[in-house]
Amino acid sequence: MLILHCPYCGVMADETELAPGGEAHLRRAGPESSDEEFMAYLFERENPRGVHFERWRHALGCGKWFHAARDTATLEVFGTYPAQVTEPPEALLETIREKRPGWQWRDLK
Amino acid sequence: MLVKVDRRRGAEGFCSVSELAPRGMITLRGDLSAKKLQAAAMAAAGVKAFPGRLGAVVEGERAILWFSPDELLILCPKAEVGEALEKLGKALKGTHHLAADVSDARAIFAVAGKSAREVLAKLTPADVSPEALPAGMVRRSRLAQVPAAFWPSGEDRFEIIAFRSVADYVFELLATAARTGGEVGWFAR
Ligand SMILES: [Zn+2]
Repeated sequence: MLILHCPYCGVMADETELAPGGEAHLRRAGPESSDEEFMAYLFERENPRGVHFERWRHALGCGKWFHAARDTATLEVFGTYPAQVTEPPEALLETIREKRPGWQWRDLK
Repeated sequence: MLVKVDRRRGAEGFCSVSELAPRGMITLRGDLSAKKLQAAAMAAAGVKAFPGRLGAVVEGERAILWFSPDELLILCPKAEVGEALEKLGKALKGTHHLAADVSDARAIFAVAGKSAREVLAKLTPADVSPEALPAGMVRRSRLAQVPAAFWPSGEDRFEIIAFRSVADYVFELLATAARTGGEVGWFAR
């Protein structure tokens, strides 16, 4: 059971109030990109056993999208943060460094 | 198992469950921090205060419910919806906003009785304890399998809205959860 803090309405939202939105911080490969880059944008996803960054939507609550950082193996939630950013806040990364020394996720570590 | 109940007549158990007469409902979206929008919403709803995050300003049939950082649901008598929309349109002219009559989208129910919280607690993952959901607050969540919103509307009484297309289902859920013999006594401890 996953319980995430919604940064918009502030409630602790049960997983069943939420809709998953897949991997966080994807960057769209534009018209100038190569076929390989565009394919990676469309299909290549992280599927780690450990630290992961995801998008979630408080679908049955306030309806807003937000980000969450959690451990896929233990279900520990490191934190949630608003949708209007392209990378996780530094304070959250620091928390994860303390809790999971040596972790890496795409180019974050 | 769901019990067979008559939505028009209501249901009596350890709490009473009833469907309320159609209420006027207006969705208002915009910048909720703007004084102009706050004043317009209060005038349209006919209430004297503006809710903060998760807040519900309830005065009888009238209410402003906080739905999200940029969305409110205004409740008023059904006959006043046209007038309220007109007021909003005039007050917010030139301001980026959306006001729409959604009165027909949702049905509205009341659960009343000492253990009204318990009826909701059986159906939603939301924390409905008196500390988490006191008078003056509203919670959007789900009841069993469908979206719903609920708020305290007086001593031992909650009002609940759910989409009209699933109103039968919601009524049966509430009636079943309120059946005599189903008391848990959690909030009475
Ligand atoms: Zn939310």
